[in-house]
Amino acid sequence: MAISSDDVLHVARLANLSLSDEEVARMSEQLSGILEHVAALSSLDLEDVPATAHALDVQNVTRPDEVRPSWPREEVLAGAPAAQDGMFRVPPTS
Amino acid sequence: MTVVDTLGLTAERCAQLLGAREISCRELVEAYLERIDAHDPDLHCFLRTRPEAALAEADALDAAGPKGLQGVPIALKDILCVRGEETTAGSRILAGHRPLYDAGAVTRCRDAGLIALGKTNMDEFAMGSSTEHSAFGPTRNPWDHELVPGGSSGGSAAAVAAGFAPLALGTDTGGSIRQPAALCGVVGLKPTYGAVSRHGLIAFGSSLDQIGPFSLTVRDAALALQVIAGHDPCDSTSVPLPEPVSVPDAEDMRGVTIGIPTDLLAIEGVEDGVRASFEETIGEAERLGASIREITLPTARHALPAYYLIAPAEASANLARFDGVRYGLRLEEPGDTVVDMYGRTRSQGFGDEVKRRIMLGTYVLSAGYYDAYYGTAQRVRTLLLREFADAFSGVDLIATPASPTVAFPIGERIDDPWAMYACDLFTVPVNLTGLPGISLPSGLSDGLPVGFQLIGPAFSENRILAAAHALEQAIGFDPVPTGYRVGG
Repeated sequence: MAISSDDVLHVARLANLSLSDEEVARMSEQLSGILEHVAALSSLDLEDVPATAHALDVQNVTRPDEVRPSWPREEVLAGAPAAQDGMFRVPPTS
Repeated sequence: MTVVDTLGLTAERCAQLLGAREISCRELVEAYLERIDAHDPDLHCFLRTRPEAALAEADALDAAGPKGLQGVPIALKDILCVRGEETTAGSRILAGHRPLYDAGAVTRCRDAGLIALGKTNMDEFAMGSSTEHSAFGPTRNPWDHELVPGGSSGGSAAAVAAGFAPLALGTDTGGSIRQPAALCGVVGLKPTYGAVSRHGLIAFGSSLDQIGPFSLTVRDAALALQVIAGHDPCDSTSVPLPEPVSVPDAEDMRGVTIGIPTDLLAIEGVEDGVRASFEETIGEAERLGASIREITLPTARHALPAYYLIAPAEASANLARFDGVRYGLRLEEPGDTVVDMYGRTRSQGFGDEVKRRIMLGTYVLSAGYYDAYYGTAQRVRTLLLREFADAFSGVDLIATPASPTVAFPIGERIDDPWAMYACDLFTVPVNLTGLPGISLPSGLSDGLPVGFQLIGPAFSENRILAAAHALEQAIGFDPVPTGYRVGG
């Protein structure tokens, strides 16, 4: 299945990636190539086969709902690219 | 002045020397650091070492008198968080990042008194099979510096082979421990999914990732697994082991039935030298008393394409967190909106392979394609689980080569994504099914190491280790790279 440049641009937007024209062209070619190799899966009869998301049979793991201290705010913000008034600072949303 | 030669030195031997006070923890750590200083500029196994911290930890243990594995050095893949110490996952987007906490496996290493020498190089976010996708330059194979060490844990594998550490931790999402172990001639163990906490392991494919050890011997792999395995309340997918890990001493394989998936082995792309070493090792297993049975795993040949849908899908979600807001790199121009900043940061912070996988993963999860790709791959996963369960009703272990090829030249596959992915042919079925697998060196092909893989049922690590130990004794592989041998 071929992935067009428009497909690439659409997916890049979903993934928050801005790609150069050269990257879009290369991505279109390489992703199409990868999906060709994947196409063999369509030959399998999977009609009544359920999906597996997790190989181990572990379900509903819970822990006691106890109040515990969180990370100190200043330690967390120390690693942030920008912080202000005890919060992460980001550019305007629009 | 080095008091001990670290080349070929096992963790078990280190512990003996320390326990008998023939050497101090400081002397041992210094010996490894000296060797790293002298030879790592040629190989680039380490992204950074921590000499002051390591020597301080050594001094504290010397003062108390080391017991058990206390004082034995270890190298950590740079995908494992260490509190306050730079952890990058091989990516520019995390350059300078200092985690707030230790990974669960790192805590266990600390508690056992293992001394971390530094952080090893890796393919960015563990995506690759050659360590060429590191943002900080490739690692070279100690057996031949023009060749790749495998990946993604190439720095850890090469460090153990080169005598830079007796133990190293890596992570294995699709073969990233077993394949570099094979290419570097060392032992690499991928435990059962859930056996080792993934807390503080920077996530790639959360349903596939597992931490495991590299070592020179199978016994050392068992010792390292004893340290790192077990339930961690910070990882709800981790589980207690049903039985303690034992250090193997089996000398034969009597009573062990090994299945050989003939249909998977028939796939093209497996090198003749790899096949020859594999067959020789099967012969060795028979001489040790194992029964050999041919089996089929018809869906295993579809594991590779299924993996390259599931792993990128999980990665695209996991890597959404790297957006320049809370940690790591931020790139911003005047007038940028927050979305512009995300795009700028991620496009320049991630390398080509990571972007390719994020794009592939986002595509296969997107509306209209989800069921055709991701849903299909998850159904393939169910078939694989069934086939392995059927197989293990008749055999104790399954054997394959760990890698279809020996180490290949740096640059050979870097521009051909599927050629790189094909390295994982024999390793990905194990991740998709959560099973444990080990790669042990089975010999040389044209002077380069070949890895032999043993796969067992979930939580059969002791069975795998026992069989691997017996084989290892019979094979008698010398893990010191030929160029590093005295007089070599």
